[in-house]
Amino acid sequence: MRRGPTARRRAARTGQYLALLGYLVFLAFPLLWLVSTAFKPPRELASLHPGWIPDHPTLDNFRQAFEEQPLLRSAGNSLIASLAAAVITVVIATPMAYVMARHHRSALSRAATGWIVVSQAFPFVLVIIPLFLVLKEVRLIDSRSGLIMVYVVWSLPFALWMLAGYARAVPRELEEAAAVDGAGRLRVLISVTMPLLTPGIVATALFAFITAWNEFFFALVLLKSPRKQTMPIILTHFIGTEGVADLGPLAAASLLATLPSLVLFALIQRRITSGTLAGAVKH
Amino acid sequence: MTRRQGTAQGAWFLVLPALIPILLLSVGPLLYGIALAFTDSQAGRTDPTQWIGLLNFQDLLRDTLFWESFRIGLVWAVAVSVPQFLLALGLALLLHQDLRFRWLSRALAIVPWAMPEVVVGIMWRLVYHPDAGVLNETLGTHRDWLGSLSTALPAVVVVGIWARLPQVTVTLLAGLSNVPRELHEAAAMDGAGAWRRFRTVTWPAIRPIALAISALSFIWNVNSFALVYVLTGGGPGGRTRLPMLFAYEEAFRYGQFGYAAAMGCVLVAVVSILLAVHLVARLKGDDEA
Repeated sequence: MRRGPTARRRAARTGQYLALLGYLVFLAFPLLWLVSTAFKPPRELASLHPGWIPDHPTLDNFRQAFEEQPLLRSAGNSLIASLAAAVITVVIATPMAYVMARHHRSALSRAATGWIVVSQAFPFVLVIIPLFLVLKEVRLIDSRSGLIMVYVVWSLPFALWMLAGYARAVPRELEEAAAVDGAGRLRVLISVTMPLLTPGIVATALFAFITAWNEFFFALVLLKSPRKQTMPIILTHFIGTEGVADLGPLAAASLLATLPSLVLFALIQRRITSGTLAGAVKH
Repeated sequence: MTRRQGTAQGAWFLVLPALIPILLLSVGPLLYGIALAFTDSQAGRTDPTQWIGLLNFQDLLRDTLFWESFRIGLVWAVAVSVPQFLLALGLALLLHQDLRFRWLSRALAIVPWAMPEVVVGIMWRLVYHPDAGVLNETLGTHRDWLGSLSTALPAVVVVGIWARLPQVTVTLLAGLSNVPRELHEAAAMDGAGAWRRFRTVTWPAIRPIALAISALSFIWNVNSFALVYVLTGGGPGGRTRLPMLFAYEEAFRYGQFGYAAAMGCVLVAVVSILLAVHLVARLKGDDEA
């Protein structure tokens, strides 16, 4: 009699582990293949039976990737655009997010929340055409500043969303206590609220950085001259017009392009998942 | 009274740095984009752009290529979002259990999430590669998965599911942490089976977050661009030409700004209607609760 439930439970456990294994394999195999391809010498890449582990692993693909395309320069372009976008985004978003958190019933907060929701829904193409025309008018097409401006506005909805969540978590009583002690509004903001918000601001900045670093569509439309292009655009140059690619260098360059966002994302991953959507729905 | 005014003025001062760029670079272009849909705006035009009323929309109605792309876009969004959500829900319930190696799935989940979409596309091109790809090697086939008419769209859909599966899973997992354990145990004591417990305890608790993430992922998929642009460029024979790729080509290859803007408007309208339906479903659910 007792064996029944135990056997069933054991079967269920086995099923669960099989499902977990399936998930891990599905997640991991394309990544492992990318890594494997990046370290394969040309002879093994051309082989009809490619293996998982290179017989003669090589770094040649990385060297060749730098020779074929201006990787370093494009990484520099990406770095500048992403850094500038991240810094500007949090500098202008933090005060507004603070107001949204403290006066969340005001018309402005409601309008901002509405804008955040709507901006998630509209297709980029509807915005990029007019932006393209306007930026062309003011000669900011094919310019770094133009791209940075677009990235800032593109990261703003999510940044406001995240930062307002963090600002709500700062206890109002602390601010009121400081105000009672005679500190002015700006003083309270700078010496009481800001320090408590810092972890949230850093997480938001990193997120904005990653978003810009990975971005492709706006860069594709706005940047024409090769020496200004960002890394995702340069990666597509490894794939020729006929769709034929030099697989080794392509894989190597792709790995390099992924590393920065991967490292930063690992740092803030927990904050993003637990702090944003879940928190937002709970409120 | 004076204190309230002070607050309001201070608030405006704090809001302006973000509000000005939002108005100039987001709300403005959005309205301008809608206006463009009613004009004959083109690249490199010498004579002034003119209002042409609904002509672009009339042309769109007759454009079989657009409807084909629209159909592909809907098929793609549904074929990615629905299995992705169901898989993610199953995985979230699974990872909520006390399993060994659970940490590994969290660690791995970061990767698709943080990867540039372009790299995800490139990576899967390597997997699907006719000669050097791992898929053919494993299956013992010799197919051009991305290049043949019958397999291109399914192949791209798999990549779409892969790309955001962890994101949806982890979000649902965050929702599961809200489920009151006592309620679950009480239901189990009353003899409720797994399905009944899910329906009466788990689902009501995660419903808001499930609706939110499913709506978001659907919108993301409707607006997909980079992934498919890198994987197939819309080919073969337009089989994977999602609406965004179509509109991009129309605007920036053929310079038809007005026409492409009209396409954008149609997409916005469709997404808004779907969102409204979704929202109504959510509100109704809240009433019942």
